[in-house]
Amino acid sequence: MARFGSRRNQVVRRRSDGRFDLVLEPHLREVIGSLLGELDELVEAGPGDPTLQRLAPPAYLDDANKDAEYQLLAGDELRTSRRAAIEATQELLAKDEASEAELWSWLQSLNALRLVVGTRLGIDEDEPDRPQDPEGPDAGLWSVYDFSTWLQWSVIQALGG
Amino acid sequence: MASAPTISPTEISSPDDDTALDTDLPWIVLVWNDPINTMEYVALVFQKLFGFSKAKANKLMLDVHEKGRAVVSSGPREKAELDVFRLHEHGLWATMQHDE
Repeated sequence: MARFGSRRNQVVRRRSDGRFDLVLEPHLREVIGSLLGELDELVEAGPGDPTLQRLAPPAYLDDANKDAEYQLLAGDELRTSRRAAIEATQELLAKDEASEAELWSWLQSLNALRLVVGTRLGIDEDEPDRPQDPEGPDAGLWSVYDFSTWLQWSVIQALGG
Repeated sequence: MASAPTISPTEISSPDDDTALDTDLPWIVLVWNDPINTMEYVALVFQKLFGFSKAKANKLMLDVHEKGRAVVSSGPREKAELDVFRLHEHGLWATMQHDE
């Protein structure tokens, strides 16, 4: 598993009434909305994209028949649930406050984004080698990965993790 | 604080009943280490899905991180499958198998 760095939380803050203030800057909301829009299209398109495999891993490692059954039953449901979390997060981006349940939709959709981007980057160890060239071909994907990691960290901090 | 699910003796099938083997033997749900999910996220998901205390969730998370996997729940097949599904919803790498 990867580790977070530490930065100041400028995304979400817990209030005394148990709800949360969203203090995220407008341009970052736009960036998140656009990234999640792309993720939603990918999830909607179905399981063909190999970078989506990490979102629907096998449930049975030692029984291909049972796993096929699971994928058949759970596959669509998993996709529906993923898209619902993305939609809930998109709605949240237009608001200034959130409930704990809404923040969990945020965490789930951001985590799906990290899994897809991390898979595209071929991350296969806890402390992956980063490209030295800031203009390199994967530089954009690394920015998205680091950005979504930071966002996730911020929400987890607010939730008390 | 909720504790880990335990297997009650009534859920264990009698050895002479072959047809019951598949459905009645207890199943365990495993979470595997992966390089993308963060340690903090995994621990928080354990707290949320299983009602574990922060200390217990952290211990299980460290087991996953250091030993490569940990058993997070157990029970009949349907329950195990639901737990696997909920873990998949949260992006964790979970599988299930018969308790050995």
